[in-house]
Amino acid sequence: MTIALARLRAFAHFWYDFVVGDDWRVAVGVAVALAATYGVSRTSVPAWWILPVVVLVLLPVSLWRAARSKSR
Amino acid sequence: MTHGALFLAVFLACAVEAVEATTIVLAAGTAREWRSATIGLIAALIVLAGIVAILGPAVSSLPLRGLRLVVGALLLVFGLQWLRKAILRASGFKAVHDEDQIFADEVLAAQSAPREQRGFVGDWYAFTLSFKGVLLEGLEVVFITLTFGTNAHDVGLASLAAIAAVVAVAGMGVAVRAPLARVPENAMKFVVGIMLTGFGTFWGVEGAGAAWPGNDAALPVVVVVVALFAFGLVAMMRHSNVMPAPPPEVTMVGQR
Repeated sequence: MTIALARLRAFAHFWYDFVVGDDWRVAVGVAVALAATYGVSRTSVPAWWILPVVVLVLLPVSLWRAARSKSR
Repeated sequence: MTHGALFLAVFLACAVEAVEATTIVLAAGTAREWRSATIGLIAALIVLAGIVAILGPAVSSLPLRGLRLVVGALLLVFGLQWLRKAILRASGFKAVHDEDQIFADEVLAAQSAPREQRGFVGDWYAFTLSFKGVLLEGLEVVFITLTFGTNAHDVGLASLAAIAAVVAVAGMGVAVRAPLARVPENAMKFVVGIMLTGFGTFWGVEGAGAAWPGNDAALPVVVVVVALFAFGLVAMMRHSNVMPAPPPEVTMVGQR
């Protein structure tokens, strides 16, 4: 049971690392931006700009966090 | 998307993964035993072929909009990871990816591990090192090929680009029997990060139900904007980086 649980945990950890990577905030930000795009696209307001804007915010914020932690 | 852009994006992404897998197999073969390393390589290729056989039809049968949403999100998260690391490397906040150093580290680790025979595999360590390296890097090749190919309605061309990249890199590896340090891997990773982020943004928006101004013509604009933004970030971070570059890091199997 313990071995099976450890293997399951390792399997889940591998996929988390493979998909999400070093900064989970980026994955959450992308998911939220896509949900917002979907929501706004159901209205008459253009929604194409939401995801690019979020990307232009997410990337520097993630870099800033990484650089700050390296500089410490 | 033009055929050229699809081919280039998949070729570059797969070439980067193939360089990393080749370094690991070369280290396993050189430091331990070529026969077991080769068996590990073949076993990983068989597992990857099985994954393609299962995932390929499943991905192709998904409705295009849902596929673009999921694939766009995954590519974007994936691309931002690549781009983040590439920018940190280019601006001196992270050690550059050094295949010579990785090869030396892998060889050192391989030489100190005990030898163990299991079944027809003479050296289990060489087998598992080679198997894991090829499987992990190969999974990324499969993911990129299937997602790009399906979204662009041209899995054949994407597969051709992936095979061309793997054959070219593996051929170089066999020819030189040494780490492929001369391949401009860090620059390639930067380009791949830009392309994955650009394509992911484009398909993600379409998958979420929004329409780009100019439809498909928006894709090259998105890629160029991402590239300019990334170069701008490198310039800014280089300017602000007063710390010396960190020492070369030990990169483990499967890490980009």
